[in-house]
Amino acid sequence: MSTRLTALWEWFDARMPSVKQEYKKHLAEYYAPKNFNFWYYFGSLAMFVLAIQIVSGIWLTMFYKPDATLAFGSVEYIMRDVAGGWAIRYIHSTGASAFFLVVYLHMFRAMLYGSYKTPRELIWIFGVLIYLCLMGEAFFGYLLPWGQMSYWGAQVIVNLFASVPFIGPDLAIWIRGDYVVSDATLNRFFALHVIALPLALLGLVVVHLLALHDVGSNNPDGVEIKKVKGPDGKPLDGIPFHPYYTVKDIVGVVVFLAVFCVVMFFAPEMGGYFLEYNNFVPADPLVTPAHIAPVWYFTPYYSILRAIPPLFHSQFPGVLAMGLAVLVLFFLPWLDRSPVKSIRYRGPYYKIALGVFVATFLVLGYLGTEPTTVWGQFHFDAFFLDTKEIATWVARLGTLLYFLFFILMPWYTARDSVKPVPDRVTS
Amino acid sequence: MTMTIAFLKRLLVALLAALLAALALAGAARASEAGYRLDPAPIDPNDLVSLQSGARTFVNYCLNCHGAQFMRYNRLQDLGLTEQEIKDNLLFTAEKVGETMKVAMSTADGKAWFGVAPPDLTVIARARGADWLYTYLRTFYRDAKTASGWNNAVFPNVGMPHVLWRLQGERELKIETVKDKAGHEHMEYSWSELSKGSQSVIEYDRTVRDLVNFLVYLGEPVAESRKRIGVIVLFVLAILFVFAYWMKREFWKDVH
Repeated sequence: MSTRLTALWEWFDARMPSVKQEYKKHLAEYYAPKNFNFWYYFGSLAMFVLAIQIVSGIWLTMFYKPDATLAFGSVEYIMRDVAGGWAIRYIHSTGASAFFLVVYLHMFRAMLYGSYKTPRELIWIFGVLIYLCLMGEAFFGYLLPWGQMSYWGAQVIVNLFASVPFIGPDLAIWIRGDYVVSDATLNRFFALHVIALPLALLGLVVVHLLALHDVGSNNPDGVEIKKVKGPDGKPLDGIPFHPYYTVKDIVGVVVFLAVFCVVMFFAPEMGGYFLEYNNFVPADPLVTPAHIAPVWYFTPYYSILRAIPPLFHSQFPGVLAMGLAVLVLFFLPWLDRSPVKSIRYRGPYYKIALGVFVATFLVLGYLGTEPTTVWGQFHFDAFFLDTKEIATWVARLGTLLYFLFFILMPWYTARDSVKPVPDRVTS
Repeated sequence: MTMTIAFLKRLLVALLAALLAALALAGAARASEAGYRLDPAPIDPNDLVSLQSGARTFVNYCLNCHGAQFMRYNRLQDLGLTEQEIKDNLLFTAEKVGETMKVAMSTADGKAWFGVAPPDLTVIARARGADWLYTYLRTFYRDAKTASGWNNAVFPNVGMPHVLWRLQGERELKIETVKDKAGHEHMEYSWSELSKGSQSVIEYDRTVRDLVNFLVYLGEPVAESRKRIGVIVLFVLAILFVFAYWMKREFWKDVH
């Protein structure tokens, strides 16, 4: 039997040798640094969640109806009448939040160890594009259950485009396909969610990985393992991705699945953060909810949007700030002037800056889930106080700190003290 | 440098713990949005007698004006009933036991009579929460100023009249705004009884408890079996972890 299989493989290999070549290039003979730590699980986990979302998404599309009169009911049909439908639906809704959690930790890893620095700028740029795609995917997908939060969340976000000077109103109508969010909007968001963006996402993941495997992985020490090679031409500090990191990542996947299943089976709503309570009320274009909040993964940017005061009765400055807050990520490789990559060899300036940035991101994220009245009002009056809401002012401070992290980066990274970087990875 | 990583790891753990705590609090935050303090609903999703009693109250009182259009009658077999029992006792708004729990009244009539069409109740417990429903159904009071003659402490000026009033009786509510020493305003509620209902306070609370228990079940019929399956899945993952970890350790023995 095994000789027959070998013969079959040889027949195949003779006709398509690229399969073996690619397997070697990307797995068996891709040398990854041997000192990957905890933070290096999230790349493979992101791929794993993408697969989960695609497979569960395919099953959902078998039963979901992209029609304004049927959508809400079809989700409940999936939850009740489709065999195992509830599991598929919770896998997909939990997967959405898991995707962002994993990607945020993956991006944070890059910031810890300078993974975006030369020669890995392209990997970072493709990564940010993946993140943008993911945001679009989440936004379009969130309309589909056609609950109140789906509807009004989409209404708010599309109206942001209406604030663009001159072309705004026409742009918003073009996006919606109607004067309000309606059946036409639902239908096109469905198309974008289930085929357009997933295709773009898959393509970007491929180029992200191709770019990574061309230059090789960074590591917690931020040293280039390709600089020190053995007589056989293999990096001394490198180990083949397969089997070493495949077996290691399997452990990561199992632990991830355990956390994922705790949420999915025991708290699929996650206290209203993964599935918002108001989204169990069918979309009603005539009733605006008192408090519209996006899902947690968008809330830092939502906070920035709300923090910027309107100018000449236009929300555009806030929209611009929100857009810039995401786009500024593209420039990170050129803003960071530090001669070292890893935080292990950086000085206090960067450590403090990164710590403040993470805290700011979390505070902005929290505030975005709450109404701006959450922390009450200042009890004094002053000419510069256009609003006395404490939370709005904290969000403004947060917005300032968010941008200062990037704007001041060329300055503080160039002046930071650095420690000597070893030639080889430390264990 | 390893200290930095250790510190960051501890920071991450602390942040995750804080996040979970925030999420736990947020669950409660939904309930307290209204001015009236909500009573915790003493429901038990495994109490089949309570669920059956709630189902009976639901089809007798709620289903006249509200539907549960995504729920099929025969699904009520979850509550320990046979199809025949469902047909004999609960099947009021449909012909066949496989049909959904549609409303008897038309949407247009509902709108004309109550000002707003009564909402479908299939997932109302997921939108409102058990505590809100439990308090809402127990805080109707007589109010001559409204069209129906009824008002509600949790949902002021609600279009719905007190459908269960024959059970609870009629009550009156005085709402006063009082200032405390610090100058913060808050509402004070004082209840008084106008007429007795057929049930005592304890009996009525139990009726509403059973009804809310049923509404929570109705919101997600699979909830209890979901948790049971979850335990098995986690058990399987724990075993898988042992093998995965063992395999990783074996392979990594030759990495120095």
